[in-house]
Amino acid sequence: MTKVYVPLDMAAVAMGADRLATAIVKEAAARGESVQIIRNGSRGMLWLEPLVEVETSTGRIGYGPVSVKDVGALFDASFLKGGAHPLSIGKVDDHSWMKRQNRITFARCGIIDPLSISEYEAHGGGAGLARALQIGPAATIEEVTKSGLRGRGGAGFPTGIKWKTVADAPADRRYVVVNADEGDSGTFADRMIMEGDPLSLIEGMIICGYAINGSKGYVYLRSEYPQAAKVYQAAIDVAREAGWLGDNVRGSGFKFDIELRIGAGAYVCGEETSLLDSLEGKRGIVRAKPPLPAHEGLFGKPTVVNNVLSMATIPMIMEKGAQHYADLGVGRSRGTMPIQIAGNVKYGGLFETDFGIPLGEIINDIAGGTRSGRPVRAVQCGGPLGAYVPVSLFDLPFDYEAFAAKDSLIGHGGLVVFDDTIDMSWMARFGMEFCAIESCGKCTPCRLGSIRGIETIDKIRAGQDVENNIDLLKDLCHTMKFGSLCALGGFAPYPVESALRHFPEDFHKPALEAAAE
Amino acid sequence: MAGAAPYSDERAREIIADHMGLEGPALPILHALQAEFGHVPEAAVKEMAEALNVSRAEMHGVVTFYHDFHREPHGRHTLKICRAESCQSMGAEKLANDFLNKLKLEWGQTTPDGKLTVEAVYCLGLCAHSPSALIDGEPVGCIDMQKLDELAAEARS
Repeated sequence: MTKVYVPLDMAAVAMGADRLATAIVKEAAARGESVQIIRNGSRGMLWLEPLVEVETSTGRIGYGPVSVKDVGALFDASFLKGGAHPLSIGKVDDHSWMKRQNRITFARCGIIDPLSISEYEAHGGGAGLARALQIGPAATIEEVTKSGLRGRGGAGFPTGIKWKTVADAPADRRYVVVNADEGDSGTFADRMIMEGDPLSLIEGMIICGYAINGSKGYVYLRSEYPQAAKVYQAAIDVAREAGWLGDNVRGSGFKFDIELRIGAGAYVCGEETSLLDSLEGKRGIVRAKPPLPAHEGLFGKPTVVNNVLSMATIPMIMEKGAQHYADLGVGRSRGTMPIQIAGNVKYGGLFETDFGIPLGEIINDIAGGTRSGRPVRAVQCGGPLGAYVPVSLFDLPFDYEAFAAKDSLIGHGGLVVFDDTIDMSWMARFGMEFCAIESCGKCTPCRLGSIRGIETIDKIRAGQDVENNIDLLKDLCHTMKFGSLCALGGFAPYPVESALRHFPEDFHKPALEAAAE
Repeated sequence: MAGAAPYSDERAREIIADHMGLEGPALPILHALQAEFGHVPEAAVKEMAEALNVSRAEMHGVVTFYHDFHREPHGRHTLKICRAESCQSMGAEKLANDFLNKLKLEWGQTTPDGKLTVEAVYCLGLCAHSPSALIDGEPVGCIDMQKLDELAAEARS
């Protein structure tokens, strides 16, 4: 029986992994070969998806991207024994993309069967929770604080401090909420971990619940991720069956359970307070802070709201110790960041590495430049609310503070690459349009300012009174930044301003050209 | 949506009752109603308001806030095309516009035969395979006009 891995990751499925798995089974049966198909998560080398791996005596050999029509030839080349074939990438662990990473959050993703507790435990799973239960809640929070872990959702708030605030808040109930409303374009790390190593997120939530003395956890997942919903729900069922969830977590007497909730297509619900309102069954309207969710969160109770990646990293931190994690990274950005490389790139995927790597190295070296083969013009960092960074700033190290100093943000770690055919005035307009579509409507500068922004950029693009309208646009951006409660209205100006600052020529087209459009 | 059941107050009340044990049950109920009836009819909103003890205006506010819930039946199949930044970096805007023009549709509209609704979506998390789309919940990466034409033809056959 040969183990053959065909990812169940949504990106692999989008490239035909389901049909491929069926075809491999069929072909094997026709040839009298015995195969066991394991649907694993993705290794993160997304340009190779579907990446089929075969377990051999010398390790796992990869083939990709494989389509259904390649299956016959792969069998002819005895791929079940790791035979040579043009699609072979050799030993997957030896691939330079894998070797250059430092995988902590994603250590198991793509390697194990995501729904197998025994494989999860064989790869270190459960050790973090066991240690937490042994050292107690206060020491667990202390450990998370010492690791220097900061919220991976975008805001970068120290996770341990948030937990301590919740633990210290007097209450009869406390909640653990995981923000899996990963709406930023160019990001997919939450999705990948929920599909590839969902038990790590479950374990992280249990540890958090134990540390803050809460017994209920919610995962708020966006509806655009049907596969993540399926896999994560199955993982919850597996964990409950195995006694990880329920009235007596792993025999410790601690009670904890998790419920998966699906969003309904509102980007703003990725903002933590509007997420809480949505969980409560209301419109996803942003709340004014204070009170912080740590004091008055879900149903008015103290609530930890953490991003998927922060929570999924907790078990590793507890297992290996705070110092191991804190030793990685630069400045106040400790540990590793799963960077998501997307858009017009040759090698797109997930690359987890210590903080501090220069942006240019990620784009030119690791991602191999653009898929179109044209020169890179801009990289949008941190999703639709993140700045467009020009090539001249490619020496910027990947670090929260270094990015902030250049009016940019790391956000959730997504990088979207654009080639030189991109019209930055159009992208600025799109930024405003997106804000207008997704605004929850509470703050006037966001709700109306974004509409006025679209109109003003349209005038600029049409060559009308360009200089005055650019001044007006800058003024509008300022109002939105300082007059909005949350990051949607407050950060929507960043892509617009960065486009104006770094690519002014796109806003000053010759009148003739503008008129022709 | 394929196979949507005709609306009945009785069935709506059953669905609502099934979820009343949850904390904050409104979104799970709305998803379940839409899965059953293909949309969220006004009559169901009334039932929900009663069961959850909120005003109809408030319930109406919730339903209309979220892009996913629609008040009218959709086409038999739904194609969601991503128009977020990553997909735009690979030409999604022009591709989608050309496709919509060919079908003489605007975003959110349904073909006259009632078979296909085309919606915009803002990121499917398939950003290394831009441009991407979702057909009845199934992901499709690296779409081009040929692939879109095939999907449309299949949906309308």
